[in-house]
Amino acid sequence: MLGNRGVLVSTASTIVVLGLIALAIAMSPGADIVRERFFSWEHLKQSFLGTETSPSVVSAFLLNIRIFMTAEVIILVLALVIAVVRSIPGPVFFPLRAMAVAYTDLFRGIPLILVLYMIGFGVPGLGLKYFSSVADVTYGIVALVLVYSAYVAEVYRAGIDSVHESQVAAARSLGLSRWKSMRFVVLPQAIRRVIPPLLNDFIGLQKDTALVSVLGSIEAARAAQIYGAENFNYASYVVAAALFVLMTIPLARFTDHLIARDRRRREAGFAR
Amino acid sequence: MTAPSGGGILVEGVHKSFGDNHVLRGIDVKVDEHEVVCLIGASGSGKSTLLRCINLLEPVDSGRIVVGGEEITARRVDVDRVRRGIGIVFQAFNLFPHMTVLRNITLAPREALGIDKKAAEERAASLLERFGLSDKRDEYPDRLSGGQQQRVAIVRALAMRPSIMLLDEVTGALDPELVAEVLQVIRELAHEGMTMVIATHEMGFARDIASLVCFLDRGVVAEAGPPERIFTDPQEPRTRQFLQRIIAAGRL
Ligand SMILES: Nc1ncnc2c1ncn2[C@@H]1O[C@H](COP(=O)(O)OP(=O)(O)O)[C@@H](O)[C@H]1O
Ligand SMILES: [Mg+2]
Repeated sequence: MLGNRGVLVSTASTIVVLGLIALAIAMSPGADIVRERFFSWEHLKQSFLGTETSPSVVSAFLLNIRIFMTAEVIILVLALVIAVVRSIPGPVFFPLRAMAVAYTDLFRGIPLILVLYMIGFGVPGLGLKYFSSVADVTYGIVALVLVYSAYVAEVYRAGIDSVHESQVAAARSLGLSRWKSMRFVVLPQAIRRVIPPLLNDFIGLQKDTALVSVLGSIEAARAAQIYGAENFNYASYVVAAALFVLMTIPLARFTDHLIARDRRRREAGFAR
Repeated sequence: MTAPSGGGILVEGVHKSFGDNHVLRGIDVKVDEHEVVCLIGASGSGKSTLLRCINLLEPVDSGRIVVGGEEITARRVDVDRVRRGIGIVFQAFNLFPHMTVLRNITLAPREALGIDKKAAEERAASLLERFGLSDKRDEYPDRLSGGQQQRVAIVRALAMRPSIMLLDEVTGALDPELVAEVLQVIRELAHEGMTMVIATHEMGFARDIASLVCFLDRGVVAEAGPPERIFTDPQEPRTRQFLQRIIAAGRL
């Protein structure tokens, strides 16, 4: 940990470095036009709040948050189911295992944007009555869930595989069923170990909520684009970018914290 | 072979291979109720595999195992039910690292036997008390010494009130000064009449505690008999050789 003096020195050096960078940018050729196009206070404010003709980037960002929150919960559950199915032994369950493998191979391989097109344009294009009232954003969430569940299932699976078979032997030897051994002994250890990579995937998910805009939903990136096109100014993009960064930082720091805690535990000889 | 008394174990003509590795090549062992049988033999001779077969952790390829009159290697046997009556303790303890000692012990009684939380905790508490581990009930396994962990593992198995205990080199991973406390626990169990099959390298202990010693060599019981005979007057050259090596290593 930094001492008082350490904090002072690091703050001072940060200010100096940032000041030098700002100075270099301000003095470089074209600095004025960059400042005007990207950092104009007026445009920053207007795109932030929205105008009569373009939506507020902040309000649009609430949609990103909603998409993220909804998708995240479904992914956590669905991916766990896929990972558990993949680890069921025995020839009887081969078809289930094969399906889980096929699923992960498929959806990790296809670019997210293609899945978005296929679901978002393809499914309504079938003209089925049942789907006629489904909102665009729902298709977007479905596409995110399909793709990210494949990634997260693999993360879970790595965790499940990392639990030594002697733990299962101990659980089964006590008369616990296969499922109860999984639930009480394997999964708690597996999930604990994969929380950092899991959070990492969710940082990716937070950013990829912007792609849902290709289906017509007005989320932050799309709102920024509308503002930019109308005003020939890119300050709206800066606003949107800042919002995304603000959202990912807490998760990133939390991930760091967990990783550091795991390392401390290991070094202290804890395997909890 | 005559049937074992009451809740004993009968192992008859058991074969087990892992791929090309023919590990058990026709094992016959009889364990009477309240009897302690020690399995000795070089590492790799199949002691652990035999114990794992008795606990149905490994399916046998052929032969049969009868426990308390029931053929447990028959088809359609409920393995979970059989295992509830047979405790096994491993060399590496295999405690659940994410659970406290108390939870390690109460998990199976609650989830496999359906005993309610309070009763399971009372049962655990009295076992912990008996084995001098009461102050460890809320610790996690990694805070305990090896000897304490292994005693907790024994308590965890006992909490299921098994009629049989299988012990697989339970002192094999312990520092020498921690061996005695674990052996003491096993002595107490033997004294109470627990039916046990013990794989061990502690020859002195085997001599004290066993009513029957089986020397395993390359997957067969090469010689079996009372400890006085096996350790002082072995009939088989293989047994003699093995014991000589053990003596040379200073373990008898
Ligand atoms: N799960 C397994 N898969 C493959 N081979 C195994 C397995 N378990 C044991 N073996 C093999 O079986 C043989 C006997 O092992 P084991 O029963 O552990 O002997 P012991 O306990 O007497 O040292 C060894 O050659 C070992 O490699
Ligand atoms: Mg062994």
